[in-house]
Amino acid sequence: MSDNHAKMKHSIGTSNRWEMYLDNREVILEMRNITKKFPGVTANDDISFSLKKGEVLALLGENGAGKSSLMNVLVGLYRADAGSIYVNGQKVSITSPSVSSSLGIGMIHQEFMLVDTMTVAENIILGIKDLNLVPDMKAISEKISEISEQYQLKVNPSSYIWQLSVGERQRVEILKLIFRGANILILDEPTAVLTPQESKELNGIINQMKKEGKSAIFITHKMDEVMAFSEDVYVLKQGKLVASKRTSDTNPKELARMMVGREVLFQFDKGEYKPGKSVLTVKDLCAVNSKGLEALKTISFEVKSGEIFGIAGVAGNGQQQLIDSVTGLQKIRCGSVYINESDCSNKNPIDYIKAGVSYIPSDRLGMGVAGTMTVLNNLAMKGYRDKPFSSHGLLIKSYFKKFAENMIDLFRISTPGPETIVKFLSGGNIQKAILAREIDSCRNLLVAAYPSRGLDVGATQAVRTRLIEQRDEGKAVLLVSEELDELLMIADRIAVMFEGEFMGIVDSSNTDREELGLMMTGMKRDQVK
Amino acid sequence: MIGLITSLLAITISAGTSLLYATIGEIYTERSGILNLGIEGMMLMGAVTSFAVSYYTNSLFLALLIAMVVTAFMALIHAFLTITMKANQVVSGLSITIFGTGLSSFLGKRLGPESNNFNLYGVNGKNFPDIQVPLVGDWPIFSAILNQDILTYIAYLIIPLAWFFMYKTKKGLNLRAVGENPRTAEAMGINVIRTRYIYTVIGGMFAGIGGAHLALAYTPGWNEHITGGRGWIVIALVIFAMWNPGKAILGTLLFGGINAIQFRLQAAGTDIPASLLNMLPYLVTVLALVLLTVYENYGKRKIGAPSALGKPYMKEDK
Repeated sequence: MSDNHAKMKHSIGTSNRWEMYLDNREVILEMRNITKKFPGVTANDDISFSLKKGEVLALLGENGAGKSSLMNVLVGLYRADAGSIYVNGQKVSITSPSVSSSLGIGMIHQEFMLVDTMTVAENIILGIKDLNLVPDMKAISEKISEISEQYQLKVNPSSYIWQLSVGERQRVEILKLIFRGANILILDEPTAVLTPQESKELNGIINQMKKEGKSAIFITHKMDEVMAFSEDVYVLKQGKLVASKRTSDTNPKELARMMVGREVLFQFDKGEYKPGKSVLTVKDLCAVNSKGLEALKTISFEVKSGEIFGIAGVAGNGQQQLIDSVTGLQKIRCGSVYINESDCSNKNPIDYIKAGVSYIPSDRLGMGVAGTMTVLNNLAMKGYRDKPFSSHGLLIKSYFKKFAENMIDLFRISTPGPETIVKFLSGGNIQKAILAREIDSCRNLLVAAYPSRGLDVGATQAVRTRLIEQRDEGKAVLLVSEELDELLMIADRIAVMFEGEFMGIVDSSNTDREELGLMMTGMKRDQVK
Repeated sequence: MIGLITSLLAITISAGTSLLYATIGEIYTERSGILNLGIEGMMLMGAVTSFAVSYYTNSLFLALLIAMVVTAFMALIHAFLTITMKANQVVSGLSITIFGTGLSSFLGKRLGPESNNFNLYGVNGKNFPDIQVPLVGDWPIFSAILNQDILTYIAYLIIPLAWFFMYKTKKGLNLRAVGENPRTAEAMGINVIRTRYIYTVIGGMFAGIGGAHLALAYTPGWNEHITGGRGWIVIALVIFAMWNPGKAILGTLLFGGINAIQFRLQAAGTDIPASLLNMLPYLVTVLALVLLTVYENYGKRKIGAPSALGKPYMKEDK
């Protein structure tokens, strides 16, 4: 039964020998007719797939399509309402992550599953069942070092997690799976937070694991990654499986269409670049980070009305401090920040809001919305102080509702209604709600930090279109992003940050990935030329 | 002079023993992410039940056991409410304290012998005797440490064991992960719900031993105010110890010492009002909290409360 099922799935495209060989590989994992329901939504509707030894399966779909919940069912974090799972042909009942772990299934979650206050070694052995009551930490550290050498995953076993960069944390996650002997790896958008170099490193590791006969399920939005190292690709849409293909039989355009159900535009209509007066002026700005170390070293720039000013760079090079300094969220050490020629240095966020500054933070659930409040209240969270939202200190709820319905409509926020708790929306729709609130209240400057991070094609498109709209309306937009394509596509000028400094400011029409990439690694612009 | 120090130290340690048991228990409970504010009520229940059992059976072992069973059951109620029913931990804990205070007072007036109007107050039962360690047990200073009851001696052993278990064993690692980041713990195959239940119940048992030590060794006897707010001092002590069982000893000595001085001053009939001294432990706690925050801001290590403390855990939450 299991074999027939697998053959059925792959009867298409077995034309050449390589494909024949792959098809003869044994199926090590099968999920059959999985259904998972949450209150109000069906996250997975009767989904079946199979994974073969030594292969990578890409799971493609928009945010909220049900990819993560399907994988959470597989590792035992969620219980499916219907369906069954087979590992090596045996029906298994995965009731908890310890069961999936003993079956050799391991997952790298979108948010890292690491305990910040513990060391790398402690995190790696956490929860392993057949460990001595008093673990021999020295032997464990040695084994970790051995594995990290073998796979080129450099990390110090005795470092604390909070000391590590995002890339290093991901290495710990991978080490954790290898240490536990996982042979089915689930990677949930593993490259979303990585630099191009780190992504490359990850690709190498995945290829090495494939050679060793391990298999992987790869959740992603990025077409080039799907094409680069998956054998099979499954497309999910609104909880349903809409397509399963051999990767070699398809192309990015087709996949994108199946994913969103329409052709995706990768081009944007952008008005002519007509910069006006300076809206944000930053002069000799310097600031420190939360550890008291210098994070910004005398930065100066202007963002003019009618332009999108992009900031590129590997995360952690002072971008966050820069954003916080121009939105009033952190104190500056020296220099000054002007909004429309009025000095706002070291003023409070409310003064920036009153000066017409809007802010789309990178941490959506942490800073962008109050997760347990309704969509309606979140949308009104910026305007509630003044008329027409309130009068004489009393909230006018009827206007709240009217406003929310208007925004939901205008920004195409997909929500059951304005009274839905915002954290139950998908990431893309939460971002749309933030965009709606911030753009509606934006009068002068819009600061957007990694606005399309972790979003699917459709939502990314919506975000970018909105930013361009603001620019064309004559507002100043400050866009911080780690995606060079995004910056090259929509920004007018791009500054590259490295260790708290600008390596240079370039016109986006007059530069390319290579130049920006070199500046990201610390080369000044004049050195690049 | 040395005699005074010795006697002060002896009272300090004796007064600190009940605090130490309850504090270690509460540290373990809080490390799993559950705040138990019911300690005061549990200590009172531990005291009244252990005293009643010892009075009627003359068995100290049975008295201790019953006290532990009763407080474990109270902790189980707290666990059910906060873990399974996801009730607010503060409300549940406070209810248990109020309930325990009332019930212990009620039982104290009903469980006594007929000859004493069924009141336990004023009767004498069997107590844990002081055991003097041969040879060094009567030296000055040493006699304060080595002329104590059996529960205090066990406490000496429990401190290093509790520390070792928390920081050097697999179970301790799992426990710390559950309180710090339950989602991660669950993903790594640790049963968060079970872990929280276990350590909440263990914490309750320890509070029971603390109460029993008051009734059967420190005071000894029963009265409604036997704990004198110790259950609250324990909550403060956990913070003071920075959730580290090893450091609990410093706190219990300090707070036990304040107790001992209070004892002395009252005996000497000085003018310093008792309420001033009663206030001291909390003042010290506020100071400790301030220092902790300053240290965390300027230092690099995070040493404060378990991150998930007080937060209910939902398995399939977004």
